[in-house]
Amino acid sequence: MKKENFIWSAIKTGLLGGAVALFICLIGMVEVFSKRDVVEGVITLGQFVLLATSIIAGLFASKNTSSLVERNKAFSSMVAGVIAGVVTGGMIALFVILGDIVNIRAVFLNASPTLYQLLTFEQGVGNAWVLPAIGAFAGLLGAGYVFLPASVSHPINRGLLVIVFMALFSGLFRVVLINQGPEMEKAAKYLFGQTGLTKAGALIFFLGVILVTLLWTYQGGNVRQGITRLPKGGRLSLQVIAFALIGFIALALPQVSGPFIAQVIVIVALFILMGLGLNITLGFAGLLDLGFVAFYAIGAYTVGLLTSYGPFGLQHISFWVAIPIAVLVAMAAGFTLGLPVLGVRGDYLAIATLGFGEIVRLLAGSDFLSPYFGGPQGIIGIQKPCLGFLEPFVKIDVPRVCNGIELGKPQDIYYLAVVAALLIAFVAWRLRESRLGRAWMAIREDEDVAEALGINLIQTKLLAYMLGAAMAGLGGAIFAALIGSIFATSMQLLVSINVVALIIVGGMGSIPGVIVGAIALIGLPELLREISEFRYLLYGMALIVMMLAKPEGLWPSQAARRELHHEDAAQIER
Amino acid sequence: MNKRLLALLSLLVIASMALAACGAPAAEEPAATEAMTEAAPAATEAAAFECTDEFRCVEIAPGEPIHIAYWGVLSGADSSLGEDSKRGVEIAIDDIGGQLFGHDILLTTEDGGCTPEGGATAAAKLASDTSLVGLIGSSCSDETVGGIAAITNAGLTTISPSNTRPVLTDSARGPDYDGYLRTAHSDAFQGKAVAEFAYNFLKVTKAATIHDGSAYAQALQQVFADEFVKLGGTIVAQEAVAKDATDMKPVLTTIAAAGPEFLYYPVFVAVGGYVTAQVRDVAGLENVYIAGSDGIFTADLLKGGGPNTESMYLSSPDFSAFTGDYAGFIEKHTAKYGGSTLSTFHAHAYDAANILFAALEQVAVVDADGTVHVPLKALRDAIYATKDFQGVTGNLSCSASGDCGAPVIAVYEIVNSDPASWNPASADAPNPKKIWP
Amino acid sequence: MRTSLSERFLDLAVSVFMWGFRILIVSVILFGTISTILAGKYTSEQWIDFVVQGISQGSLYALIALGYTMVYGILRMINFAHGDIFMTGAFGAYFIATWLNNIGFIDGNPLLGLLIPILFAMLVSSSIAMLVERIAYRPLRGAPRLVPLISAIGASFFLEYAFRGFFGPGVYAYPPIKALDGDWVILGVGIQKVQIVVAVAAAAMMAILYSIVMFTKTGKAMRAVSENKDTAALMGIDVNRIIVSTFAIGAAMAGAAGVLNSLMFRQVNFFIGFVPGIKAFTAAVLGGIGNIPGAMVGGLVLGIFESVGPSLFLEGLGIPRPYQLKDAIAYTMLVMILLFRPSGILGERLSGKKA
Repeated sequence: MKKENFIWSAIKTGLLGGAVALFICLIGMVEVFSKRDVVEGVITLGQFVLLATSIIAGLFASKNTSSLVERNKAFSSMVAGVIAGVVTGGMIALFVILGDIVNIRAVFLNASPTLYQLLTFEQGVGNAWVLPAIGAFAGLLGAGYVFLPASVSHPINRGLLVIVFMALFSGLFRVVLINQGPEMEKAAKYLFGQTGLTKAGALIFFLGVILVTLLWTYQGGNVRQGITRLPKGGRLSLQVIAFALIGFIALALPQVSGPFIAQVIVIVALFILMGLGLNITLGFAGLLDLGFVAFYAIGAYTVGLLTSYGPFGLQHISFWVAIPIAVLVAMAAGFTLGLPVLGVRGDYLAIATLGFGEIVRLLAGSDFLSPYFGGPQGIIGIQKPCLGFLEPFVKIDVPRVCNGIELGKPQDIYYLAVVAALLIAFVAWRLRESRLGRAWMAIREDEDVAEALGINLIQTKLLAYMLGAAMAGLGGAIFAALIGSIFATSMQLLVSINVVALIIVGGMGSIPGVIVGAIALIGLPELLREISEFRYLLYGMALIVMMLAKPEGLWPSQAARRELHHEDAAQIER
Repeated sequence: MNKRLLALLSLLVIASMALAACGAPAAEEPAATEAMTEAAPAATEAAAFECTDEFRCVEIAPGEPIHIAYWGVLSGADSSLGEDSKRGVEIAIDDIGGQLFGHDILLTTEDGGCTPEGGATAAAKLASDTSLVGLIGSSCSDETVGGIAAITNAGLTTISPSNTRPVLTDSARGPDYDGYLRTAHSDAFQGKAVAEFAYNFLKVTKAATIHDGSAYAQALQQVFADEFVKLGGTIVAQEAVAKDATDMKPVLTTIAAAGPEFLYYPVFVAVGGYVTAQVRDVAGLENVYIAGSDGIFTADLLKGGGPNTESMYLSSPDFSAFTGDYAGFIEKHTAKYGGSTLSTFHAHAYDAANILFAALEQVAVVDADGTVHVPLKALRDAIYATKDFQGVTGNLSCSASGDCGAPVIAVYEIVNSDPASWNPASADAPNPKKIWP
Repeated sequence: MRTSLSERFLDLAVSVFMWGFRILIVSVILFGTISTILAGKYTSEQWIDFVVQGISQGSLYALIALGYTMVYGILRMINFAHGDIFMTGAFGAYFIATWLNNIGFIDGNPLLGLLIPILFAMLVSSSIAMLVERIAYRPLRGAPRLVPLISAIGASFFLEYAFRGFFGPGVYAYPPIKALDGDWVILGVGIQKVQIVVAVAAAAMMAILYSIVMFTKTGKAMRAVSENKDTAALMGIDVNRIIVSTFAIGAAMAGAAGVLNSLMFRQVNFFIGFVPGIKAFTAAVLGGIGNIPGAMVGGLVLGIFESVGPSLFLEGLGIPRPYQLKDAIAYTMLVMILLFRPSGILGERLSGKKA
């Protein structure tokens, strides 16, 4: 087979890199990110993203080259890297020159004067030649990187990754640290600036990570050996210490981190609850439900109606009494949904459930039922959970007084949500190991065979719907207490989609997978609220990348792992 | 063995940190120490400033920016509403040169997603950031309901440019709302004004309404309907559509069957555009008067509604009462963002930001070395005390329950359906043109 | 087989419930319909209007649904990003049409002024769909069934927010074709020209597609691949190429629908694809997913239900603001049709494995 000329391959890589760079410019990312820094005073996030495209283009070009040429590998790779970098930078330069002649902004709103200024370092179009030069340098850097031995490149990789991560969340870290008191405030201001890492902070993190990585590579084996060599009692005590430590951190976290982190963790925990619920219907029993938000809404509205001191409150009972009722109502809803769609299979089921979710949302927000559910004005004034004695209801719009501890802040609800999530995770785990769990999985694999084996399809499926719905209902109930008001706008289709996505991303049927998936898909976007415009763009990209990289999920169940490998083997044979 | 390793590890980490601390920033070190020695006497002088504020004081050291934040809907279907207000704030910052007291102004944003839980999360984040001095937001009333308690309890104050739900500035709104003001006007004023316009000026007696299920539109059309009936008119149909509906002909056909003379749809741009574009195609509605409110008081309505927008009525704050330079604002907007404004409330956001800056200028204490102290309770009081503020949207004075918007409502008539001609503030060729009162 | 008495009782209870449920829904609908008609609020012309409006909206759903159904037929995959492909077509056409309008071309040649944007939109949509297929779907060919669904959801978000980045969150106005203002009178009833043009254009597109699938070599190959991929490959069919062309053709239909949608409703925005996408997916399922005539029937049925339903069923029941519940009606209808025909109107009964 004739191999491609490596120069042509490098040019192609460069064009691809240039296309990505232009994309980043035109969606406005460069301009917005130029207001944030990776390292203050050194490099802005916008510059970093652009530079990264050139470096990565160089890296790929260099990698491809080593498989294309026989002799002079090192030199050819370097040349390829430079070419790819030049092409990438050249495309941006062309864009700048073109923008000077044609009004690109008539179509692409973000081709703004500010963007051109940023790209030419405020020197005007005449300065555009700098871009290919920088690209060449970056490409060379990327090309050279390939030739670093793993022992060197590995720690550097990690160091850079950590710096970018720290820079992206620097505002958050800074705020959390500053709230710890004056000493930590100094440390925070030393490490983190308002818009990114400080120079000192970047250096400390970079070197620190490199050091730890090096240590681990040289000494990690010994540590692991040391642990395995420990006597049984010793290992057990080590486990106990580890668990105690995790427990302590979990207890102390909201007090240390402040309301925002607590709020995010609560939301993640609510999605874990929903995820565990859907994991039963979808992950165990294989019934795709795209309207799962319906049960969440039903749980939330039940608690709202039962406990609210606002105009729509019905009973004014305590949150603790309302919770089991909400769970039961959600279960009943699961039953009512489950019955009519019993005979519906596969993707027909998906769309039928999607419809159910939308019907619930539309009805809750409609004028038709607004005398009961508040319509678009929602249910407000939901009584916060109270640990202690709750004084009787006086009149509308006056909250009942709590003699005891009121779980009012996100930091307080945190404990409720985390305990609920742990409890339900335990229940889900026991269910999976039960006879019922095995029946579900049999249905998932093949309904007809399962029926032939004597599994009652109706009973088993209905139980899957009901138990899944109950868990989502519990999530909704806690949601009502967290926010203190409910509107139909919170019950979007997007919630259902997120829940399905987090299960698949975590690994279908796997309980730890649900937790990992919720943290990745719900927690990270919540933390990234400040880059609002690009939040969902990155979310979409992350979904694709995660699926491409780990189609079996981040933490797949044992069975799925086995199955997938089996399939892989079969495909190779083919 | 294990212990030794741990010790070694920690030692190395500490050593590396020390190394990093003295190694790299060495170049900066002298400058930093210089600044320290220089600042030292000033600091002793500044000790004269003692924070006596009921909440707390934000201290901005030399070289640090003054941090304000915008929170609102920046993702999803309603993002044009939030983006529009954000631009208003950005232009306000540009207009004062990007600086206050010699400190750069840093504007960060948080996405509330137009939902109460989004608002609550955004607010929790803002509330824990002690470097913040003031906030602009939120976009949607739902976000405020979810997040306002956290903001108020953190001692912060937020000014919303686009919340119109009446209860938010009700006199009985409760202490959670102490940190909440708005430059947008409550729906209560507007619905009443439109009803009076229709009954007294147009002399119609049969009216119909459409809303899109949003809290804004639902409340506004209800206020209108109640007032219209009180004046002696009859409401022949009150219909509603989904926020994401596009085909309005069926609902319009239903309304046509009731035979109204006046059709009022105080909705947002998407639905407003669809209704306007389709209303004349329905038999029986060819000659009915059509009217909307400030949610569609934007050039985007002309884009979505097309030629049918001509002779449509829109209620809005009275631009002739505007003392500020709205045309100048629009010029800056076009230069900065290219394209027309996205929604109605950019000017309100611009004013909100300027009210915040004016209050900051009143209460902030600047030390000799440039350190700025902002007492938060004093800042909140100063914002509430805003009186006769010359804004782009009018002469603004804030009430004790947080209403800063100029409640002068006028009704405008669109005279030209070309979006480029949109300029309600123009003196010679205004479009839309004020016709009432 | 072990079936205890209680289990038999459960089976019986379920089937009794199911029949009760069916009868309940049907009788509620009948009651609403009869009392609406007895109330006599609407003239027969208005009823015709409702139906015509439903047909033009429904033909758009059908056009988009074709893409869903074709991809599903071949890959058993829900292409969630299809609605956003529709949006990209509308944007592409918007820029061409605005330019043509500015140079006065559309006023002079209304037919070409309609066709050129449609062709361009088809081109844009197809290219983006092929790109999405190459990047986000092809590497996942062997993965479990739901993995490509998540990847498609990711692609959907990515497209929406990339276009938001390019063009901002504002509304763009598609230039109207002046020749299409006003009514044509058919059988004594005035019907809007735009509605007729949309319905006719959609029907023409569907006819073209149907003949491609039925009578060309590629179409034959498509049908073969959807029957059985492995066998088709053995017969010398380039499966990858066929899958790509399926995506391209489906996307071209969506792109054309984007233009027709813009003609009817004027507004172009980064979010316009989401709801029609979901609706078209519903239409595809309603008709029997994987079945091309089914998608057409499903789209029309859904459009007509949405248009007629609120007035016909809900008003008679005394429900206020029935149009708010338009989508609720559409979904209730869907559930009801699935109750009677679990595999859609024209769908074949699926075995557990295939679904």
